[in-house]
Amino acid sequence: MRIVRDLFRDHRFTVSFCVLCILLLLAILSLFSPYDPTRWGVVPRDLKPSRTYLLGTNSKGQDIFWQATFAVRNSLIISLIAGLVSRVIAVLVGMVAGYKGKTTDRILMFISDSLLVMPLFLIIVLLAMLVRDRMNLVTLGLLLAFFGWAWDARVIRAQILSLREREFTQTAILSGTGTLGLVLKEYMPFATPLVFSTLINNMSWAIGMEMTLAILGLVNLDIPTLGTTLQWAISYQAMLLGYWWWILTPVVLAVLLFVALYWLSASISEYLDPRTRLQRVGAH
Amino acid sequence: MAFIKRYLIPRLIQYFLVIFLGITAVFIIPRLTPSDPVQRTIAQLRSMGSYLDPASMDDFINDLTELYGLQGSMLQQYGAFWLRLFRGDFGVSFFQFPAPVSKLIGTALPWTAGLLLTTTLLGWTLGNIVGGLAGYFARKRWSRVLDTVAMIIRPLPYYILAFALLLLLAYVVHWFPVAGGIDIGRKVAFNWPFIRDVLRHAFLPALSLTILGGAIWFQTMRLIVQNVNAESFVQYAKLGGVKEGRIVSRYVIRNAMLPQITGLALALGQIFSGALITEIVFSYPGLGMLLYNAIITGDYNLIMGITLLSIVAITTAILIIDLLYPLFDPRVRYM
Repeated sequence: MRIVRDLFRDHRFTVSFCVLCILLLLAILSLFSPYDPTRWGVVPRDLKPSRTYLLGTNSKGQDIFWQATFAVRNSLIISLIAGLVSRVIAVLVGMVAGYKGKTTDRILMFISDSLLVMPLFLIIVLLAMLVRDRMNLVTLGLLLAFFGWAWDARVIRAQILSLREREFTQTAILSGTGTLGLVLKEYMPFATPLVFSTLINNMSWAIGMEMTLAILGLVNLDIPTLGTTLQWAISYQAMLLGYWWWILTPVVLAVLLFVALYWLSASISEYLDPRTRLQRVGAH
Repeated sequence: MAFIKRYLIPRLIQYFLVIFLGITAVFIIPRLTPSDPVQRTIAQLRSMGSYLDPASMDDFINDLTELYGLQGSMLQQYGAFWLRLFRGDFGVSFFQFPAPVSKLIGTALPWTAGLLLTTTLLGWTLGNIVGGLAGYFARKRWSRVLDTVAMIIRPLPYYILAFALLLLLAYVVHWFPVAGGIDIGRKVAFNWPFIRDVLRHAFLPALSLTILGGAIWFQTMRLIVQNVNAESFVQYAKLGGVKEGRIVSRYVIRNAMLPQITGLALALGQIFSGALITEIVFSYPGLGMLLYNAIITGDYNLIMGITLLSIVAITTAILIIDLLYPLFDPRVRYM
């Protein structure tokens, strides 16, 4: 309980926590939606926000509020898949590289360095074009996961390198702990906070990438996400026609989500270790 | 000599390896697809309503196979791919047939290069100067306000920030043109109206790139300076009566600069991707817009060309920054 109280002392944590709770609530509300999000023409078109239609309706004849609940939910699902899978890769690569050292380390770090210096966006676009027809929440999440681990693997490796030199490593090895046991039991507790704070950053990156790919028309536009909602609004010229409620909904939700995730990760990693602030700022 | 052996040669080897791997990836990725690009193009053309008789269809398929570089075994294709690259031949754009990809890229490149170079330098310089000052005076009110602003801008993806600026400054208050690089119909000329037109169109994309880049450098620099400030040599200089201006410029900023130069090298790939996305938002006639059109029309050769060129350009730029690094860090020079 003390941890929670300490965290709430940071106003950034309080703000981001509340915003994320509201967004989560929105995502959960999608379960109670009266409309099917993929169907068109279920409500009158182009209505301003009113008491019946909280955020108005769009030119496709959909209720924007309920559409937004699905959008937030699906964007969160994509980012969670991308974030969790890429964490597994990052932890594996970081730990193996840090612990094994020598050639293994050099090869793995070369791969992650290569990923870091390349214009990944273009390569993701190339791949997304290939799987365009089979694109869904899971494939998109996995595609992003495959490219989102490089920086964090480096961070975890650096942590392991310093842990390896400490005395308890020798003690554990001498008392017969195997490599796997050592890494899982002794090192994991040190790496967990890092994994968690990089997870949030990575989720944020994945949501942004999804939006960009959606604008390029490279995801399945029938699945409502923050990106596809915005893409539909843009392609229907909602801006020129003055349907501000349609275009602003995904933009405002996205901004809230990005800022909240960033503030959450910033305050958590600062709480865990004030010295990690620099690493946080350096990521992505 | 030790510098060349221990630093330069491994770095160059790494450079060529990365380019080699990147280009190989670009070669392999399109070939992973189960669907045949030749058949796909034909299907696309058919759906547009064109008809070909069987004889000319065979010719057409042959031509397409050649255009896509799909003749022979995988290894032969790979060899031919490299040969063509060394000749600077990226193939022919399919949807702006018969314009060669290299020519299309050549027209778009100056726009992107100009925008990217200006905004990266501007964002980096401004962010570092303001961040440095804000870090040195970290307790002042304005420093904290700036930090909060950076905390809000920093997490926004390029697309959202650019789009928000577009909504605000082009649609709501009409200060800037909504899209394009110059007014439609204006001839390229080196006179003031043309330059002014270019600048006016470039302002919003440049602004969004500079703001986002600047926010990132600001934040990092502010923290680094705060840390350097706490080091004993700075305390000692203060106690020794060295002038404050000298401490900031010669001792603090100079030491804090180093990680920022490495940071610039690492972030360049991201910044470049961001510039492409920003161009798409503002319909700016650079590589990003070219990429967008290529994606919309499914012009694979063009996308591959843009990706190849970007990989070479970005890794080279990073190499140059890395090689310039010793100029800023005496410790590397005398190693």
